[in-house]
Amino acid sequence: MAIDDAEVRRIAALARLEIADEDLHHVAVQLSAVLEFAATLNALDLEGCEPTTFAPAGEPLRADAPDGRTLGAEDVLAGAPEVRDGCFVVPIIVENVNP
Amino acid sequence: MAWEPVIGLECHLQVRTNTKMFCGCPVAFGDEPNTHTCPVCLGLPGALPRVNAAAIDAAVSLGLALGCDVRSESVFARKNYFYPDMPKNYQVTQYDRPLCEGGALPAVVDGALRRFALTRIHCEEDAGKSFHPERHGDVRISRVEFNRAGTPLLEMVTEPVLRSPAECTAFLLSLRRLVRWLGLSDGDMEKAQLRCDANVSLRPAGTPGLGVKTEIKNLNSIKGVERGVAAEIARQAALLDEGGAVVQATLLYDADHDRLAVMRTKEDAHDYRYFPEPDLPVLRLEAGRLDAARAALPELPWAREERFASAYGLPGYDAAVLTEARDLSDYFEACAREADAKLASNWIMVEVLRVLKERGWSLARWAERVPPERLRAFLSKVGTKALPGPLAKQVFAWMADEDGTPDELLARHGVRVQASADDLRPLVRRVLEEHPEAVAQFLEGKGVTFGFLVGRVMKASGGQAVPQVVQALLREELAARGAGS
Amino acid sequence: MSAAADAWRLSAASVAEAVRSRALDPVDAAASGWDGPARRWERDVHAVAHSDPAARHSAARDARTDGPLAGVPVLVKDNLCTTDYPTTCGSRILAGWHAPYEATVVRRLREAGGVVVGKANMDEFAMGSSTEFSCYGPTRNPWDLDRVPGGSSGGSAAAVAYGLVPLALGSDTGGSVRQPAAFCGVYGLKPTYGRLSRYGLVAFGSSLDQVGLFARHAGDVAMLYAALAGPDPFDATSRPGPAPDVSPWDAGVAGLRFGWPANLWEKGVDAPIVAGLERSAAALERAGATRVPLEFRPGDAGVAAYYLVATAEASSNLARFDGVRYGRRAAGATDVFDLYTRTRSEGFGPEVRRRILLGTYALSSGYYDAYYLKAQRARTRIRREFAAAFGRCDLLLLPTAPTLPFRLGEKVDDPLAMYLSDVFTIGANLAGLPGLSVPAGLSPEGLPVGVQLLAPEDGEPALLRAARAIEVDGDAARLPRGHEREVAWPGSR
Repeated sequence: MAIDDAEVRRIAALARLEIADEDLHHVAVQLSAVLEFAATLNALDLEGCEPTTFAPAGEPLRADAPDGRTLGAEDVLAGAPEVRDGCFVVPIIVENVNP
Repeated sequence: MAWEPVIGLECHLQVRTNTKMFCGCPVAFGDEPNTHTCPVCLGLPGALPRVNAAAIDAAVSLGLALGCDVRSESVFARKNYFYPDMPKNYQVTQYDRPLCEGGALPAVVDGALRRFALTRIHCEEDAGKSFHPERHGDVRISRVEFNRAGTPLLEMVTEPVLRSPAECTAFLLSLRRLVRWLGLSDGDMEKAQLRCDANVSLRPAGTPGLGVKTEIKNLNSIKGVERGVAAEIARQAALLDEGGAVVQATLLYDADHDRLAVMRTKEDAHDYRYFPEPDLPVLRLEAGRLDAARAALPELPWAREERFASAYGLPGYDAAVLTEARDLSDYFEACAREADAKLASNWIMVEVLRVLKERGWSLARWAERVPPERLRAFLSKVGTKALPGPLAKQVFAWMADEDGTPDELLARHGVRVQASADDLRPLVRRVLEEHPEAVAQFLEGKGVTFGFLVGRVMKASGGQAVPQVVQALLREELAARGAGS
Repeated sequence: MSAAADAWRLSAASVAEAVRSRALDPVDAAASGWDGPARRWERDVHAVAHSDPAARHSAARDARTDGPLAGVPVLVKDNLCTTDYPTTCGSRILAGWHAPYEATVVRRLREAGGVVVGKANMDEFAMGSSTEFSCYGPTRNPWDLDRVPGGSSGGSAAAVAYGLVPLALGSDTGGSVRQPAAFCGVYGLKPTYGRLSRYGLVAFGSSLDQVGLFARHAGDVAMLYAALAGPDPFDATSRPGPAPDVSPWDAGVAGLRFGWPANLWEKGVDAPIVAGLERSAAALERAGATRVPLEFRPGDAGVAAYYLVATAEASSNLARFDGVRYGRRAAGATDVFDLYTRTRSEGFGPEVRRRILLGTYALSSGYYDAYYLKAQRARTRIRREFAAAFGRCDLLLLPTAPTLPFRLGEKVDDPLAMYLSDVFTIGANLAGLPGLSVPAGLSPEGLPVGVQLLAPEDGEPALLRAARAIEVDGDAARLPRGHEREVAWPGSR
């Protein structure tokens, strides 16, 4: 199998997803099938093929000026699950320093 | 065992632009939370970034000033990790092909000009702000707001070429001067306009390898960097001297207690899954844009510092002070033209700066009141001794508040420079007659100095006499009295 | 039957003309689909995720009556931001979310006079080929209620197919507009990458996504495209310069060469689809186009490349759904990281979770080169293959889907089988090329057959001219002559 249960757990943690123990193996099997299928890429001759990038002509940069999209605080907070003093509220952040 | 510290710095500079890195929200501080946000910097579903030209221009200017290779094609990338102050839970930054590579920052260390090699400079977006945990009832919460999210940052990484806390200080002072010089930022660490993390490792002195390094965060001032780095060097040295091993870790510096605490170790290191940002095309800068940016660079601070020393014959100290800020150095240069450079330097370094500090004035405000031509006229009067010391200071102070030439100011305030011997002789004689004991003691060589007598005359003149004239007259009169007794 | 009540039968072009000439009120045009076909079909088909009579009425009342789309009712896929309806992407995690801004294409739609009458059901976050993965329940194919309408834009396709609306917006990342169009017997256009703004389209695979268009008439596709296409300062990936001019969509195909890659359907493609291809090719030839047989091999590797790139980008795009600023938040979290895990695990369905895991893996340290990077290189290879093919022809004619619409439940448990059914559509997304699915008649059992036309970048005019030629050709299918016509509804033959 391309990916085992432990690996699925590690990936799930990176993606902030929880997988119930009883589902773990099933998910591993499904993912493995797709990843093994990805081996078909090896059949292609990729000599001289750089990764696709996107670079259209035209001005890529915008002027350093307001563009009329700034929202009022009410709009910003309207859809928020929990608000206090104009801020979004979350359960405690364990390490309170920006990485 | 003698350990050699090997230090690298990673700096984040907030660029002073009107709007954010990827959207048109204003960059503003101190306002109500979440009032400068839009779908883009809030990371709302469906929002897309657009790159701010001014942020790129800032990075290009800085890169060119530091002699970096500025890439004509660079790539934005996503750095993926979850954190509440990151609205998209990824940061748009640059990874594989950053805007600038190489280059070096000159800085003076122990009187010698050094060049500290850089690895790279690139553009990225700042995160929002999360507040310290609060308790509400039995629940502990944190609050987050996003006015700051998306602010343009320049990340600058040095090669591991610094060797002491003092070099870190010199580096940061030079960097701060440069970014102010170029108008990119105030670079004030206390205001978080410049942030700095340090990577520190030790190796046996004289060996070429690299030891295990740790990362120090939460260094919130230049002093903090110096102390934090020193603390870590000491910690690692003690550990290694005991035969222990340094563990790769991220440490937080606690400035209040001058202490380091482990934040996380290598095992918990993030897998950021960098990949090129699909919402932004490859950034192409045409040669014309780079050439224009290069041509627009001003004379750089270290070059000007060196030129002031050599062209004007100024001591290194003066040159450093005068080139602390670009506007100050421009002002000096305008004043020193066809004038006594050292005199101009003294007056600017001491008196002008003092006025600015006392009154909380910017140099621009001073220069409005006392443009270079006006100061030049003043200085030439001082230089020819036509304006004696204490009077000169008085006139200088008047110039800050009033218009007029030095002569007009003196007249307006009813002060006269007494420079003629005919005017002063009666005063000198009167003072000598009022202090017979002092004169007698002076002539006997006992206890009373010539300077004392000069001082008496100066005081009697209300400070308006020219000292050299007073001195000459006094000598004559005293000689006459001495010869007479 | 009054003219107003029958408005749902009209093409979009006819509706717009009638509204501009004051012969039809937009309020009636909007209500017509709901009062007529919806009463018969919507409960079974379930094309609509969000709609509301009061909101429909006020949108119609406020519609511009002088624009190219004057008064035309349009259904908008639930992953495009609208301010008057929720935008939930068919997902619990966005339950009840109202966007505070509108997608550029929605704004342009309204500026042209279009009336947004609701949001269309879809596979959750556009991940699916059957519209079976919506948190609101599946959409069914109006042609056979036991079968899927295709996905992920199944609701948009089905709504146009049964007459609820003459136009709908969808999104196409790997075929999500073209395949449901084929399954539902309507036109589905995926434009050249960058020709329709993605600002306000909730991102799935950013370098692959495009807003797509549904209609029952080739001319209506052209009209909608012209109103919406063009660069957007809010989307850095939008293509600079004016969009290609599609006004000559009825100019015919004389001199056009279409590639005929018969190797693609040697096996694995249902016979009625092959028959549809033959009919379409014959129609094009009768209209003066030249068939150019050639061999073309996008192959399975294209599907692998597509799924690695799409899921990798999606895993990053969907990281923002964390319960902090919008959408649903899980209860009982002990700290913020626990909040993320609970919210996302509860809020995302199984297919979305599967793809996030796949994408996270493809980007993770140690695997990036073998998966994501290799897939991006394969993509360059595929673009070159298309470029080579288009050196010999102006268009490619090939199947949209390898099979007729399958039954609900048939592929839900076999993700790989579901992915492989995208084999003919993913190429256009990987290469950024425009593609149009064209109705090409019915199978012997009465199921819609669709065929696909692909063109080089900015080849939308050629696509539409070819589609029109197939459309007017008597032999090709049961399709229109002129603008106003009686639509052949399922079961009404």
